[in-house]
Amino acid sequence: MIRDITLGQYYSSDSIIHRLDARLKIVASVLFIVELFVVNNFWGFCLCALALAVVVKVSKVPFKFIMRGMKPILMILLFTFCLNMFMVPGHVIFHIGFLKLTSEGLYTAVFMAIRLILLIIGTSLLTFTTKPINLTDGIENLLTPLCKIGVPTHELAMMMSIALRFIPTLLEETDKIMKAQQARGADFETGNLIARAKALIPILVPLFVSAFRIAQELAMAMEARCYKGGKGRTRMHQLKLGKADYVSAVLMTAFFAVIICMRIFM
Amino acid sequence: MSIQVKNLTHIYSPGMPDEQVALEDVSFSVADGEVVGVIGHTGSGKSTMLQHLNGLLKPSSGTIVVGDVDITEKGVAMREIRKRVGLVFQYPEYQLFEETVALDVAFGPKNLGLDEDEIEKRVRAAIKEVGLDYEKIKDRSPFELSGGQKRRVAIAGVIAMMPEVLILDEPTAGLDPGAHEEILKMIERIHENSGNIIIFVSHNMGDVARLSDKVLVMDDGHLVLSGTPTEVFSKKDELKAIGLSVPPVTNLMQQLHDRGLDIDPDKLNLDEAEEELVRYLQRTKIND
Amino acid sequence: MENMIRIENLTFEYMHDEEGEEQVVLKNLNLEIKKGSFTAILGRNGSGKSTLAKNMNGLLLPTGGAVYVKNWNTSDQETIWDVRQAAGMVFQNPDNQLVSSIVEDDVAFGPENLGVDPEDIRKRVDKALSSVNMGKFRRKSPHMLSGGQKQRIAIAGVVAMKPECIIFDEATAMLDPKGREEIMYIVKELNEEGITVICITHFMDEAVQADRIIVLEQGEILLDGTPREVFAQEEVLIEANLELPLAVDLAGRLRKRGINVPEDIINVEGLVDYICRYK
Repeated sequence: MIRDITLGQYYSSDSIIHRLDARLKIVASVLFIVELFVVNNFWGFCLCALALAVVVKVSKVPFKFIMRGMKPILMILLFTFCLNMFMVPGHVIFHIGFLKLTSEGLYTAVFMAIRLILLIIGTSLLTFTTKPINLTDGIENLLTPLCKIGVPTHELAMMMSIALRFIPTLLEETDKIMKAQQARGADFETGNLIARAKALIPILVPLFVSAFRIAQELAMAMEARCYKGGKGRTRMHQLKLGKADYVSAVLMTAFFAVIICMRIFM
Repeated sequence: MSIQVKNLTHIYSPGMPDEQVALEDVSFSVADGEVVGVIGHTGSGKSTMLQHLNGLLKPSSGTIVVGDVDITEKGVAMREIRKRVGLVFQYPEYQLFEETVALDVAFGPKNLGLDEDEIEKRVRAAIKEVGLDYEKIKDRSPFELSGGQKRRVAIAGVIAMMPEVLILDEPTAGLDPGAHEEILKMIERIHENSGNIIIFVSHNMGDVARLSDKVLVMDDGHLVLSGTPTEVFSKKDELKAIGLSVPPVTNLMQQLHDRGLDIDPDKLNLDEAEEELVRYLQRTKIND
Repeated sequence: MENMIRIENLTFEYMHDEEGEEQVVLKNLNLEIKKGSFTAILGRNGSGKSTLAKNMNGLLLPTGGAVYVKNWNTSDQETIWDVRQAAGMVFQNPDNQLVSSIVEDDVAFGPENLGVDPEDIRKRVDKALSSVNMGKFRRKSPHMLSGGQKQRIAIAGVVAMKPECIIFDEATAMLDPKGREEIMYIVKELNEEGITVICITHFMDEAVQADRIIVLEQGEILLDGTPREVFAQEEVLIEANLELPLAVDLAGRLRKRGINVPEDIINVEGLVDYICRYK
């Protein structure tokens, strides 16, 4: 079960997308999200889906892998879909009791669903094709202007980087604790919601204690290696934009322009 | 009560790109009351195998019979297995979670559905069995104990379930020499008192030689050697080939034997080595 | 020879919150570690050895007395980073020292903190990784590595900072025998290159490789001398919950049985050689 958490994981591969500058990919993802909400007709979504499909193909990340990550989201998708179907006022097509299904509702629900799916695939692609360290470096770099108004960008990026680094470690720790408690007869599967929530205590308490211990040890190790925050710190990896990045930037901007035009003129 | 493992095979993620054969065709048996030491390099499948014995993992193929129950059969209740087989993981102190020691040790018995009186009896007995003072420690928070004490509380938590088979994965990992010796003595005492099967994994060949009636040697998911400690540790070349060593004492005796000395190299502890060397040196010195 | 570390009347106390009592962990220690030496600090869990280690690079500050690293007082906030660059530390848990999800980035962490030039960092990282034989793992995730390999990365991370002294705080305690061997090999190599090495440990077969052994018990120095001198004190060691290395134990037993094994034999090679003279 723990092996199935592909959301947010890096998929190693040698594609152009993988080699693009992290900052560019972050900006592209943000733009894509904006585009998804600017678009308001069928053709717009088609265009976005097509663009996404192209990028997925070029990234060489298997479609099956991406779909594995969608599984946990399915419930939320369904929920939002139903919510939108019945919540939007307008021309009623169908009703059960007080639940009125309107054509506007159906329209909104379908569009919202498509938006969500494309959004998740798009942002997942970002983490699939960008190493966590490059991701946090990119975010840190993009946020540097905020440093001037007192935002601790370096510290935030460091926190993100460490969190990402320890995800597999903490997952392993959880697995170990679960097994140890199961060996003592703990049961996480049967019972009602309350019973199952209670059953989590033997996992959560040791996990938190472990997490604190890890954090303490890590902090000491970082201090021992002279970590004193972002001031005066250099980086071994220098973020440099290459030819592929400039080409991608141009394509991105062009696409964005098309989407805006579609919205204005259609 | 005995254990029969037949053709145990376990494959992780079958059919996927990260498919991995963790165990292949492992067969062995454990007689009533035997102490079995399991050795093997890291990644040889020792931990995977242990987790099959208490039902945490299910085999891809093969059977495991514990006492009179085939635990690999469909429909066997986990509770039945956990009653019979107790498993103490590595660094078990990391699983402690309750507010007091007594409550934590009671976790296992509670899950077995026993009544309050029985639980208290078992908790008391288990804490005593691991060498701790029940009255002094029962109301203390497990988190403020020393590392060695925490470990013993964790072991008590499993013993309180009174399993007929006790499995320990590297019970002395990370302990200093004094605590290490105490845990070994504790295991010897538990075995003496209960007469039950004990299976333990260790990287310390001296400990394995000292405690085991039988030694199982794992390599890359296979069971490659088994026998008494004397039998297994006499095969030093085979062990070396798979990255394992022999008890330090045995190693010293084997070195002397290899240099041509007329001594019996199959000594597993200092007392035996001492006798053998004294015998030899007095003999040769007389001839000096 | 110069002192790498000088400890004067070091006392360290913890506030015990339960009863409000103060727990004195280190009692008036006086110690000098010479440059280029290989010192082992032995002691049971709770003897204060880890607290002592952390006082040596200023991670903990003395309650009384002072610790000087290359004549810098560890309590001086101005020079604390010089102290930590000069005296690096490798910790017990291989996992909880690694900051990055990529090996070479983790090794670069130290030099980056020191503000070293990016190109220079690259060179240091490559050199450090090859010195611990982990060069081909540079782009791998530490998560995939064994305990011994992770510790080697941790050592590389310290070596890349070009310290003059490295303190190994029970760095082998969580490793299997193979991993321990790998690490001790590197420790000796580093010492041969001139780095002052201090090993905090409870493994006798590691301590016996040092030039000098200090035995700590209840915050005080119980024994201080060469391995030969220290291991001759069998009763004292047993009191301190420690044990004798195999060769020393066996040699002592043979002596009690009337066989005059020389006192200067403290390791297996020596004992084997001695006994082989009686073929």
